[in-house]
Amino acid sequence: MDSIKPTKMDKVVLGVIFTLLVLLVVAIIGPLIYMVVASFMEPTALLNKGLSFDLSDYSLEGYRMILSDDKIIGGFLNALLYSSVFTVITVSVCVFAGYPLALDDFVGRKVIMTLFIITMFFGGGLIPTYLVVKSLGMLDTIWALVIPGAVSVWNIILARTFFRGLPKEMNEAAKIDGASDFTIFFSIIIPLSKPIVFVLALYAFVGHWNDFFQSLIYLENQDKYPLQLVLRRILILNKVDPNIVSSIKEQAELARLSELMKYAAIVVSSLPLLVMYPFFQKYFEKGVMVGSLK
Amino acid sequence: MEKLRYIKNNYWLYLFVLPAVVLTIIFKYLPMYGVLIAFKDYSFRKGILGSDWVGFHHFERFFNAPNFEQLLFNTLQLNIYGLLLGFPVPIILALMLNQVRKAAMKKNIQLFLYAPNFISVVVVVGMLFVLFSPTGPVNKLVVAFGGMPLSFMSEPEYFRPMYILSGIWQGAGWSSIIYVAALAGVDPELHNAATLDGASLLQRIRHIDLPTIRPVIAIMIILAAGGIMAGGGDKAILMWNEMNMEKSDVISTYVYRIGFQQANYSFSAAVELFNTVINLIMLFTVNFIVKRVNDGDGIV
Repeated sequence: MDSIKPTKMDKVVLGVIFTLLVLLVVAIIGPLIYMVVASFMEPTALLNKGLSFDLSDYSLEGYRMILSDDKIIGGFLNALLYSSVFTVITVSVCVFAGYPLALDDFVGRKVIMTLFIITMFFGGGLIPTYLVVKSLGMLDTIWALVIPGAVSVWNIILARTFFRGLPKEMNEAAKIDGASDFTIFFSIIIPLSKPIVFVLALYAFVGHWNDFFQSLIYLENQDKYPLQLVLRRILILNKVDPNIVSSIKEQAELARLSELMKYAAIVVSSLPLLVMYPFFQKYFEKGVMVGSLK
Repeated sequence: MEKLRYIKNNYWLYLFVLPAVVLTIIFKYLPMYGVLIAFKDYSFRKGILGSDWVGFHHFERFFNAPNFEQLLFNTLQLNIYGLLLGFPVPIILALMLNQVRKAAMKKNIQLFLYAPNFISVVVVVGMLFVLFSPTGPVNKLVVAFGGMPLSFMSEPEYFRPMYILSGIWQGAGWSSIIYVAALAGVDPELHNAATLDGASLLQRIRHIDLPTIRPVIAIMIILAAGGIMAGGGDKAILMWNEMNMEKSDVISTYVYRIGFQQANYSFSAAVELFNTVINLIMLFTVNFIVKRVNDGDGIV
C-alpha cells in the first residue's frame, strides 16, 4: 500500500486502468464462454437465433458425436502417449545434462555449453532435419515425435540454474565419504530437484500436447494422428469422419453435423488443460522466472 | 593430465551429458551439414554427398520466381506489423497490472489473462473460423449494425488483422509475466519519494517503472527481431487457403508446400536458408540499434 494518499487525478488514472483491465479480461474470456455455451446448442437454433436462453434450443448431441468418434478418442489417446513419452525423455535428458554443466570444475563445460547454445541461433531448418529423421527410418513412428526435439537448450539452462542454487557442501561431504557421482545424483540431487523436474515436465507436456506441426510432417498413417491433427481436420479442413456420416445422405444434415461437432471438439480438447492450469499456475510462472534470471 | 584424471574420476558426469550431446549432434548439427542440399540437386537415392552440385541455381530460381516479391513482402509485413502491434501490448499490460495493489485481485486477473496461452494454435484458429464465419456471431453483430456479412477467413485483406489480433489475444497475457516480474523489483521508496515531490501516477510510471524494465524490453525486442521471418509458420499454415493466399502466403507456408507437398527438397531448403540469413541480419541489426539506444547493452 502506498503510504501517501493519491491525488484526485491519480485516482482517475487508476480508475481508467482498472476499467481497461476488466475489459481485457472480458475480451479474453468472452469468446471462451461463447464456445462453451454454443457447444450445448442445437446448430440450427444457434444459426438462426445466436446464443439463446430457451432451454429447448439446447442439446447434447455435439458431445455425443465427439465422444463416440473413434478418431477423436484415438487422437486423444495418441496425444496422451506421445506427450507422456516425450515428457519423460526430454526431462531426463535435460536434467541429466544440466547437472554436470552446473559444476564449476566440470572439465569441458564451456565446449559443451557452446555446442548447445549455437543451436539456439543457427539451425539446418525444416527440410534437412526432416531428411535426417527420414534416413533414420523414424518416419511415421512415435520416435519422430519424441526424439528429435528432446534436447531443449532452454530446459538445460533452467536445470543448470536450479542445480547451481543447491548447497555445494553436501556434495563435497558425500564425495569424501566415497560416494560416486552416480550415487550423489540419484540419492541427493534428484530428491531435491522435484520443483525443477515438475516445471520442466509441465512445460514439455503442454507444448507437445498442443503441437500439431511435428505430427503433420512426420506422420502419414491417420490412425497415429494425435488429437491436434484430428481437430485440424474437423475445425479447419471441415471434414467429418466418414464412418459417422456414411449413413447420412443429405448435404444439409452433413453441414449441420460438422457445425455441431466443432464447438464440442473445441471445448473437449481445451478443457483438460484449462481446468488444470490454475492449479499449476505458480509452477508455470516459476519456470518463466527462473528462465529470466539466466 | 590433471584434466584426464578428472574425466576418469568423474566418468558418470560425462555419461550424464552424453545423451544430450549425441542427440544434439544428430538432430541439430547433421541438419546444418544437410543444408548443403540447397546447393545440390538432392536425390534420396544418391544421398547428400552423392547428389550433384548446382551452385546457386535454386536461389536464382527463387529470386526469379513470379511470387518472390509477394512472398518476401507478405512475410516481412506480417511479422513487422505483428511485432509493432504486439510487442508493446504485454508491456502496457504489465504496467497496468502493476497498479493493482490487492494481491488476490491481481492473481485472479492474471489467471484469466494467461488462459489463452494454454489453448492450442489449432483450436485458436478453429475458433477464428467459427466466430468469424459468414453466419457466425461476429457477422451477426455486423449485420445488426446494418452492415453486410464479411468473409473474414477467406478475404486476403482480413488475413493480417485476424492473424495479428488473434496472436495478441492468445499471447499478450503470458508474455507480460516477465515484465511483471521485473516490475516487482522496483523499490517502493522511489515511488514514495517521487509522490512527495509531486509526481503524478503517470509520471511515476514513465520515469520510474518504465526505466526499470528497459533492459528486459531490450532483450525481448532483440529476441523477437531474430525470429521475425520465422514467426508463426505453424499458424500461417493453418490459416492459409487458396482464397486468401495473396496475403497469407509467407515463406514458411511456401517452404512447407514446396518441401512436403511437392517433395522438392533442395528448392525448399534453399528458400529456408535464404529466410535464415535474413533472420540473422535482422537479429544483428536490431541488436546494433538496441545497443546504441540502451547504453551498450545488447545480447549478441
